[in-house]
Amino acid sequence: MTAVMDSPDIEDSGEIEEKKVSAIRRIRPKEFKPSDVVILLLTLAASYSIIWIIFAQLTLLSGALGFVVLWIPTFLFLYWFVNRQMFTRQVAVDRLIGSIVTLGAGIMMLPLVMLTIFVFQKGLPLLSWDVLTKTQQGVVYTGPSGNNIGGVAHALVGTIEEVAIAAAIGIPAALLTAVFINEVGGRFTKSVRVVVTAMSGTPAIVAGVFIYSIWVTKFHYSGFAGALALAIILLPTVTRGTEEVLKVVHNDLREAAIALAAPEWRTVWSVVLPTARSGLITSVLLGVAISIGETAPLIMTIFGNQVMNANPFVGPQMGLSLLSYKQIKLPIQSQIDLGYTSALVLFVLVFGIFILARILGAQRKGSGGGRRSLLSFVRWTPGSALEPNESAVVKKEEFSSD
Amino acid sequence: MTSELAPSPLKLANKRSNEDRLFRGVTRGAGLATFVILALIGVFLFIEALPAFRSQGWRFLTNTGWQTTGAHPQFGVLSALSGSIIIAVIGLIIAIPVSISCALFINEYAPDTLLRFIPFKNFLTAAVDLMAAVPSIIYGMWGFFILQPHMVGLEKWLSTFFGSLGIFQNTSGAYTSSFFIAGTIVGIMCMPIITSLCREVFSLTPSGEREGAMSLGASRARVIRDVVFPFSKGGMIGSIMLGLGRALGEAIAVAIIIALAFPLNFHVVQAGGNSIAALIALQWGAGGNLGTSALLAAGLVLFILTLIINMIASRIVNASKMAGR
Amino acid sequence: MTNEENMTEVLTGETDRRVASSATASPTSLRVDGVTAAELHAKGVHAWFGERMVLENVDLVMERTKVTALIGPSGCGKSTFLRILNRMHEIVPGASLAGSVDLDGEDIYDPNQRAATIRRHIGMVFQRPNPFPAMSVRDNVLAGLRFNRIKSKHKDEIIEEALTKAGLWSEVRDRLKDMGGALSGGQQQRLCIARALAVKPAVLLMDEPCSALDPGSTLRIEQTVKEIAHEVTVVIVTHNMQQAQRVSDKTAFFLSQDGNPGYIVETGKTEDIFARPQDPRTADYVQGRFG
Ligand SMILES: Nc1ncnc2c1ncn2[C@@H]1O[C@H](COP(=O)(O)OP(=O)(O)OP(=O)(O)O)[C@@H](O)[C@H]1O
Ligand SMILES: [Mg+2]
Repeated sequence: MTAVMDSPDIEDSGEIEEKKVSAIRRIRPKEFKPSDVVILLLTLAASYSIIWIIFAQLTLLSGALGFVVLWIPTFLFLYWFVNRQMFTRQVAVDRLIGSIVTLGAGIMMLPLVMLTIFVFQKGLPLLSWDVLTKTQQGVVYTGPSGNNIGGVAHALVGTIEEVAIAAAIGIPAALLTAVFINEVGGRFTKSVRVVVTAMSGTPAIVAGVFIYSIWVTKFHYSGFAGALALAIILLPTVTRGTEEVLKVVHNDLREAAIALAAPEWRTVWSVVLPTARSGLITSVLLGVAISIGETAPLIMTIFGNQVMNANPFVGPQMGLSLLSYKQIKLPIQSQIDLGYTSALVLFVLVFGIFILARILGAQRKGSGGGRRSLLSFVRWTPGSALEPNESAVVKKEEFSSD
Repeated sequence: MTSELAPSPLKLANKRSNEDRLFRGVTRGAGLATFVILALIGVFLFIEALPAFRSQGWRFLTNTGWQTTGAHPQFGVLSALSGSIIIAVIGLIIAIPVSISCALFINEYAPDTLLRFIPFKNFLTAAVDLMAAVPSIIYGMWGFFILQPHMVGLEKWLSTFFGSLGIFQNTSGAYTSSFFIAGTIVGIMCMPIITSLCREVFSLTPSGEREGAMSLGASRARVIRDVVFPFSKGGMIGSIMLGLGRALGEAIAVAIIIALAFPLNFHVVQAGGNSIAALIALQWGAGGNLGTSALLAAGLVLFILTLIINMIASRIVNASKMAGR
Repeated sequence: MTNEENMTEVLTGETDRRVASSATASPTSLRVDGVTAAELHAKGVHAWFGERMVLENVDLVMERTKVTALIGPSGCGKSTFLRILNRMHEIVPGASLAGSVDLDGEDIYDPNQRAATIRRHIGMVFQRPNPFPAMSVRDNVLAGLRFNRIKSKHKDEIIEEALTKAGLWSEVRDRLKDMGGALSGGQQQRLCIARALAVKPAVLLMDEPCSALDPGSTLRIEQTVKEIAHEVTVVIVTHNMQQAQRVSDKTAFFLSQDGNPGYIVETGKTEDIFARPQDPRTADYVQGRFG
């Protein structure tokens, strides 16, 4: 609701009428007028030149990063000052906050863009069917690099198996735990929530050393051990996510189900979970996506393997992330490049899960339910712009049709 | 108005069907299993860490070296512990303002659609989620190969002009593989987590209060300060604490960037540093049986540290929730 | 239809005792499916939220196939009372109650009764329309059957019947596959009524069912109430005096003063309550002088 507030454009409803009566003018009040844009640009330019001058003096500070670090505060101050002089204090503060916040978003997006470019730039050249289907069997890491760089097949198989097992263990447990906390309750609700919070804050590497001490010391390294560690990482993430989406399922619906004499499990299974469906899928897939990229806990559980080991229960396995980690520490450039390619495959997997989350978690029209973030942009059609305040509360689509 | 014979409330025996009892049993079992897991983590790490504790006693917490082999092993977790904290603090200093700004931008400022067809807000949210899921190994590689060269200039500048502050001092002349770079990358890794959680709590601000404030003529900045922030204080602190947890425990990205050095070191822009998680990742398999045990002991320390932080975090969140309502 | 039979039963009062005695023999077999409309009798009902008493000693007979309206100023405990009538009150943490509520002579708070069974026979429609958003219109209507594992070969007939009774059939007959949330507010509320009617309850409780709706939808729902009253006992909470007069046969006026627990000031035939109130407070309220 927030953004709409300042610009109540009537374009959606006006769409149809406009074709009939082209005379209708859409009103879109904007707080930000063209003159304000001029002010903004001038301030940007002024702060740029100020820093450029200072920067030229402080030759020590080299590189674009340092320049930006100085430019940002200078611009902010100048922008505030100018608005302060030209308008009121309120306007100045409002614009200052606005620009800080916009900058924050920009800074936030920058690494993602750079990361993506980086991964593709470095990983693509080596990517081939050959690399995807071969393993590291027989590859020697010392000496001058031969033409045999091997492949990532063993790591790909390992990653998929480990994550699949981890999901099979962790997701049901997480869903049940979340249902316990949110729907069943009882004496332990609070303490279970605290414990889940504590677990979600437990570093991944601790999960790794734990599985090492409880499992690997007795049953040796295996893909399954890695899966156990990943399940421990997945469990609290998915539990918390699920809990959040269950929380926003409106109590009205539970009461309605209870008033229809539904047994508890029915209320949960037929009303609460379906209502939160898209949010559930999101949280589950986010959990999977996060666990698929974990590296640290794999070091002490699956150990790593140069050859294909498709059996997750016996013997060391490899995973894509672990392969990358090991490869980039090697002294041979072609092997480092293979590490990049492995990272690219991993990145694509994570991204694929995201797309999947979006497609599966897509909202059916009118079904309200806990909509959460996640890749809404896959649906590029106009008009799919969803309401801004995604409080994800089960809102009745008020008088949406007719 | 009260009758003389005060009626007593009915005791309602809530009779549940068998299926509901089974349902309750299963979910409760799952809930309690989390207790068991958490307890097992502590117990098993402790058991496996015993040889290390026997070897060093309390000095394990105060020693700074990492000599686990030979006749006179001497090792301790102090420098790794302080390193973890330094990295986490640097990370949070960078992550908090950016994350909160970004969350506010998405929630309060970003237009719904850009150019009439790009669902901008959803795009940003999705991008943040994606960032949270990008594997740490990729962050590590990017930080090492791309970010680090850019950072060195800034570090030099900091040490030149603020070197007298002590922490920005650089005595070796080497600026790569420093706490500062590791902390920056860790901060970037924490951003999506803090952002998405903050965005979530911001979006839960009751629209009634928000619109009430707006109808009174409050500007957006006002609404943020007087409605959004007070409402979401607890959630913000909670998300920052979660970020702290991740920052303290980040292993791979730090392991790739930092050059392991065991002396206690507070010079953040200088090459060399240490962190518990990175130490475990880097030293795994080296140092013999005692070495493994020592790493598990370090893992136990990290576990307890993050546990304490999370407990405090949930306390703060709960307290501020009580105060806020 | 057993309307006429039911009427006579109410009149004689004979059957009540008979049903009551037979019911105590097997309390779980509260009612036989297909039997419509029952009498609801609240006796000495008290209610608490935590330590605070919000209802005190409420006695009310809600007669078979009649519409009983509950009126009274805000916060006097009408919703609380209504929720006590189908054991929804007890799901609020810290809530408790005293007294008994007899459904055709059988106490729904008898320790041997299961709350779910009671709720199946005493349906409820809420203030805000709350169709299940993840279910289609069709599934919404069938939800009660599904929840209670009632198998039926005549699903389509049940849907049509329930939606027709709720006055929604003609509007949604081609949209049964649409999601429940895709209807307008008024339609959603009628869908909720249909959903409650589909399990053939003996009593239907309605808590300000029209307060979120426009006048047109309100009229539709009032019509619906009057139509279904032939086969189900209706208890309706309303703030709208005209509505109470239009739809109800009997009215109970609730009041709570200065934070004291709510109680019933006066009950009687609706005409009497509005035309010839016995209590001056009732007169003041129905004439809009307070509340
Ligand atoms: N969940 C609750 N917890 C504590 N007190 C409650 C709760 N629900 C209602 N109350 C209190 O019980 C009293 C009766 O509330 P109730 O909702 O029954 O009133 P009402 O007559 O339905 O009012 P309205 O016409 O406004 O809906 C009120 O004083 C209210 O503050
Ligand atoms: Mg009410």
